[in-house]
Amino acid sequence: MSTLSGMLTRISDTLWRKPNLLILLLILPPALWLGIIYLGSLFALLAQSFFSIDEFSGVIKYELTLKTYGELFRPSNFDIIVRTVVMAIAVTIGAAIIGFPVAYFAARYARGKWKALFYLGVMMPLWSSYLVKVYSWKLILAKEGILNWMFETLRLGWLLDAYLSIPIIGGNSLSVSATGTFLVFLYVWLPFMILPIQASLERVPHTMLEASGDLGARPYQTFRHVLLPLALPGVIAGSIFTFSLTLGDYIIPQIVGSSRRFIGQAVYAYQGTAGNIPLAAAFAVVPIILMALYLWIAKRQGAFDAL
Amino acid sequence: MHSDRAPLGLKVAAGLGLAFMHLPILLIFVYAFTTEDKSYQWPPPGFTLKWFAVTWERTDVWEAMGLSLKVASISTVIALILGTLCAAAVSRTKFFGREAISLLVILPIALPGIITGISLRSAFNLADIPFSFWTIVLGHATFCVVVVYNNAVARFRRVSGSLVEASMDLGANSFQTFRYVILPNISTALLAGGMLAFALSFDEVIVTTFTAGQQQTLPIWMLEELVRPRQRPVTNVVAMIVVIVTFLPILGAYYLTRGTDTVAGQGK
Repeated sequence: MSTLSGMLTRISDTLWRKPNLLILLLILPPALWLGIIYLGSLFALLAQSFFSIDEFSGVIKYELTLKTYGELFRPSNFDIIVRTVVMAIAVTIGAAIIGFPVAYFAARYARGKWKALFYLGVMMPLWSSYLVKVYSWKLILAKEGILNWMFETLRLGWLLDAYLSIPIIGGNSLSVSATGTFLVFLYVWLPFMILPIQASLERVPHTMLEASGDLGARPYQTFRHVLLPLALPGVIAGSIFTFSLTLGDYIIPQIVGSSRRFIGQAVYAYQGTAGNIPLAAAFAVVPIILMALYLWIAKRQGAFDAL
Repeated sequence: MHSDRAPLGLKVAAGLGLAFMHLPILLIFVYAFTTEDKSYQWPPPGFTLKWFAVTWERTDVWEAMGLSLKVASISTVIALILGTLCAAAVSRTKFFGREAISLLVILPIALPGIITGISLRSAFNLADIPFSFWTIVLGHATFCVVVVYNNAVARFRRVSGSLVEASMDLGANSFQTFRYVILPNISTALLAGGMLAFALSFDEVIVTTFTAGQQQTLPIWMLEELVRPRQRPVTNVVAMIVVIVTFLPILGAYYLTRGTDTVAGQGK
């Protein structure tokens, strides 16, 4: 036996006799990588949110203070937070409404080839390029684009104009309105809502729905009192994605939307040209806290027990 | 039995939902051939193949594409190593801190990308690390680990422990067992995880804007064009190429993991 293979055998024997050593060796590289690079950076960021910036010199003062967090509650900043949360809620509700029939059909009725088609039909948009998806909506919503053309061709241009004249959700054109931002968010995050709903619906036995019908429930009643409660954990799991992703995004509202900013854009602006890293850090903490709160409520509602 | 037929309303709603998810992407394929180069005019006034030739000549597109491919390849290799190690440890035994480790792996993708991005950026600033190719890779590998991990951990659980014991009883050492017994069993899951990690990295923009210096990956190039459109037709063509490039690994991953417990891309 050559010395090399002898050595390998000895190492191998040691690892077999001491499984804990093996586990340690296996886990050490990923734990170090994620622990140092990721958690380290995360804590560095959190720490910076407790510093503040000198208003006159623009230099960061390295003293612990809550002043930066106080600035979040200034009306202009607080508006950004409220706007983002409202958008996240709207996107979540919209995604649940559009996603549910797709998930339900895929879970309950699609078989064989259709099942594969539905699966790929959700996976493809989920994994295809984020920027390309956003770009496609820039094409759709442009003034000379397909959506306006459709409205004009159907002679419904006046309807679109009337809609766009509504304050807050309207604007000069769809591509610079809050409605446009909403549509793009909805489009980009929709697959994240469908997959968990479908997973939860796959587990609902046929027989339960039939029993409900046999006991005299109308289809709507079966849906409302049997199917929906059973699918709710899936909806909540999906809403965690849509909510969190909307809270943190800064590219979509920058490309399609009005000049009114969202949390992500505020973070980006404060850390970039403004050079106010503490305030950017404090803004970045907002989605973390909101998500923690959201998960905590979801847990208290028992959403995870059913998952 | 009426319960096996979908009600018409449901069929229509599901079909519309799917159409909503796919039509916008298909639209890009039409725009890549339009003769209009100043606006996003619909319907296109005419069709041409000219922009493919123009894009072919653009060195900035090629450079960005090259950088993206390089970053994605190296990040995928790192993610494959770290993700497999982690999955092997977590699926093998229950040990102290196991839950914490699985949470740690998922965290970079569970938290919004901007938080990962700005954390890394401020850490690089604090540590005086200049932005380079490697800072991009560092960020990408961190969030790619989870994809490999998710695919690998599901497969590891299905590789029965008795296989490993049988191999050892027959005289193989741990390394031989890994090479000849475990690896063939998990290889398709690793390949699928690797493909998805590659697709994820190739497409990443949010973290990259924070960890890249002057370098332009393809998504960064694309973002610049989105914010300040300079040459729309070239952007249209690049968008179409990106769609095709990312679809191939996804289809591949789907066929590799089809019929197994795990679902490709579960973790995104």
